[in-house]
Amino acid sequence: MIIPTALRPYAGKQESVSFDARTVGEALSRLTTQYAELRKHLYTDDGKIRSFVNVYVNDDDIRYLQKENTQIKDGDTISIVPSIAGG
Amino acid sequence: MLYLSDELAVRIRTHAAESYPHECCGAVLGSDSGSWREVLDLFPLVNRRDDSPRNRFVITPEDFRAAEQTARKGGLEVIGWYHSHPDHPARPSEYDREHAWPWYSYVIASVMQHLPKDMKSWRLKDDRTEFDEEEMEITPFGTINGGRVNAGEGDHPDRASALRGQARKR
Repeated sequence: MIIPTALRPYAGKQESVSFDARTVGEALSRLTTQYAELRKHLYTDDGKIRSFVNVYVNDDDIRYLQKENTQIKDGDTISIVPSIAGG
Repeated sequence: MLYLSDELAVRIRTHAAESYPHECCGAVLGSDSGSWREVLDLFPLVNRRDDSPRNRFVITPEDFRAAEQTARKGGLEVIGWYHSHPDHPARPSEYDREHAWPWYSYVIASVMQHLPKDMKSWRLKDDRTEFDEEEMEITPFGTINGGRVNAGEGDHPDRASALRGQARKR
């Protein structure tokens, strides 16, 4: 799992971490369990992935797959890619 | 502390004024020492919010990746993002806060009736409740540019002063 620069201070300054997981949701859950400070930046208060947080499995946006239920297999790379928005 | 050359500050303000009444946006490229940051280049981007560009901007994941690739090619990193506030002060809106990422410097340039006004930098608090204003120094003597001017190894107690000294020697 690739951690974006902005979140590395909350993930032990690591660029990437590895987990055993069957789905994207499970991998994100393990990530935010291990690094609890990440949770508020990735999820809203009601537990949904924030709109400006994009999650890719290899090159595919999970919004166009099965979202957090997207199955992953050994060796897949999950990337958290920010959208930057404001007004 | 965020160090920004006069030249790059003018480029942000020009982008902001040229985009008026729409918001402009772009990536801020540079280096981060841990205690201070220096802006060494900019990567202007297209505001993809076609529905409400006067009061919103968005940088897509594709543009985000392009900015990161450009930064890496230049030996830099994306240390922040800039955008403009047409006819509003250089202060983050609630919408800015809701959509902000930690760590990045958010440079906001105010434009009033086509004219660039003040420009400030902000960083989101860890608990996401609000932004802190980040001290910003606009250096009048040109960009530090790709590390050619180095004030010293590591953190310097008075980097601005050291940079002025280096600039005078050139």
